[in-house]
Amino acid sequence: MMEIGLGHYLTVAAILFTLGILGIFLNRKNVIIILMSIELMLLAVNINLVSFSVYLGDLVGQAFALFVLTVAAAEAAVGLAILVVYFRNRGNIGVEDINLMKG
Amino acid sequence: MNSSEMISASFTLVLPEVFLSVGAMALLMLGVFRGDRATRLVSWLAVFLLFVAGVAVLQGPELRTLAFGGSFVVDPFGQFVKILMLIGVALCLIMSMNFIREEKFERFEFPVLIVLASLGMSMMISANDLISLYMGVELQSLSLYVLAAFNRDSLRSSEAGMKYFVLGALSSGLLLYGCSLIYGFTGTTNFDVLRETLIPGGLSIGLIFGLVFLLAGLAFKVSAVPFHMWTPDVYEGAPTPITALFSAAPKIAAMALLVRVLIWPFTDVALSAVPEWRQIIVALAMLSMVLGAFAAIGQSNIKRLMAYSSIGHMGFVLLGLAAGTQEGVRGVLVYLTIYLVMTVGVFACILSMRRREGMVEDIEELAGLSRNHPLMAFALMVLMFSLAGIPPLAGFFAKFYVLVAAVHEGLYTLAIVGVLASVVSAYYYLRIVKIMYFDEPAEPFLSPIGGEIRLILGASSLFLLFYVVFAFPLLGVTDLVARSLF
Repeated sequence: MMEIGLGHYLTVAAILFTLGILGIFLNRKNVIIILMSIELMLLAVNINLVSFSVYLGDLVGQAFALFVLTVAAAEAAVGLAILVVYFRNRGNIGVEDINLMKG
Repeated sequence: MNSSEMISASFTLVLPEVFLSVGAMALLMLGVFRGDRATRLVSWLAVFLLFVAGVAVLQGPELRTLAFGGSFVVDPFGQFVKILMLIGVALCLIMSMNFIREEKFERFEFPVLIVLASLGMSMMISANDLISLYMGVELQSLSLYVLAAFNRDSLRSSEAGMKYFVLGALSSGLLLYGCSLIYGFTGTTNFDVLRETLIPGGLSIGLIFGLVFLLAGLAFKVSAVPFHMWTPDVYEGAPTPITALFSAAPKIAAMALLVRVLIWPFTDVALSAVPEWRQIIVALAMLSMVLGAFAAIGQSNIKRLMAYSSIGHMGFVLLGLAAGTQEGVRGVLVYLTIYLVMTVGVFACILSMRRREGMVEDIEELAGLSRNHPLMAFALMVLMFSLAGIPPLAGFFAKFYVLVAAVHEGLYTLAIVGVLASVVSAYYYLRIVKIMYFDEPAEPFLSPIGGEIRLILGASSLFLLFYVVFAFPLLGVTDLVARSLF
């Protein structure tokens, strides 16, 4: 029976984090997917923090994770609000259409 | 000392932040009850609040003092940068009052959000723990995302907000991942404990990984190349006074945070070994200076040009940080002071570029300014010469101190690249002077609304022109301030 240790948790977190970054850069369709990817990145960091916290036997990491959760909620709210404003002006939320300014 | 005494001692130390946060909530209540017609009142009260916070900063202790279990630090370095930041925010707020009325988005949330952003920046400057660092950065960023999209009927403004939000959130994610790795590989988030645990052993691979992520996140906030992509678009799209705010205050706060994170926990002053982070900062500085110089050449929008200009200037500030010595930090502080004055002055000019049909932002619109508005043209010429770094104006001294600090540390290549980049960038600054003085006059601008913009423009160009008078007091202060970090 394989023991699940710190390394496994960190690997999962690293994979999720990379998926989040790829989701932001490779996605060509929809801004909502970018918001989901950002959320994914923050949650990957939380897995990191909590597993380090358990491994080190130190509570600071879990407190940090709670702060991150709170900020993630605020960030999602602000992001969606900006998205609504953008949609009202533009009429769609395709990533390829965010190109008014270039250079 | 028992715990309640400790907490009250901590609260005395964070008095400026307490003023800002309680004041922001009070202003929000005032705005809610009085409606949008109270915007002017709320704005002036916000300026007053920033002033009170500045006075409270000056009342702080003269020695390095910790609050709240070491997660918050009050020291001369933080106090100096906070004063700079508060001045920058207050000037931008004053310049914005008439603009938001003219552009018809005068809403009371505007000054409240600016106060909240300055609270976040103040937290960043004083952060002594990865958690308080992250909270400060987020409070500042979230307020600024909203401010970028504040002109909500304008497509360009909302697009700027959207871009700033997505890339800003990405950078916070990177920063946070770095924080989690640093926590995991050292078992602490506190900078003082980090300093003790790191210095004897050097950095492990995991820790270097964490540091790189942390630096990438912070480089986004100071818009150092290769993390600068958001800057030109956001500068162009955001309302002009907010662009002024972006290029002044958050840059100063993020740079102060970068200096504190790198110098306090990650530099071994006693051993005088080359710190591990130096190559990263050298690369960022070099790329920023070169891109700032070359990319601005083809720009026709003056806000976009200022975006590239600020990228270049941040490269020079990083040059001082790359030295990593007390002299380098002094150079950084002098540079930030002069940069603040130059930026605010240039944006005061941009805010006066008004025609009957509205604001204009094209450089060509400045043609023949010397005949229509000789004083404004002269002030803008002083600002441009100073940005280009021509002696005896202030911009020259700013560059001089960071270059000397870099040369003393043996960073010759970097210093040479810096000088060459500054020669290239002189081209586009001087082009503006040429357009103002030698081209056929365009239609004159409406005279600047309100005396405050004229006052800010005049004061900033006088400061740059007669910098030599202020040079010695400023050097003395920054020397003392830089010493507090070592």
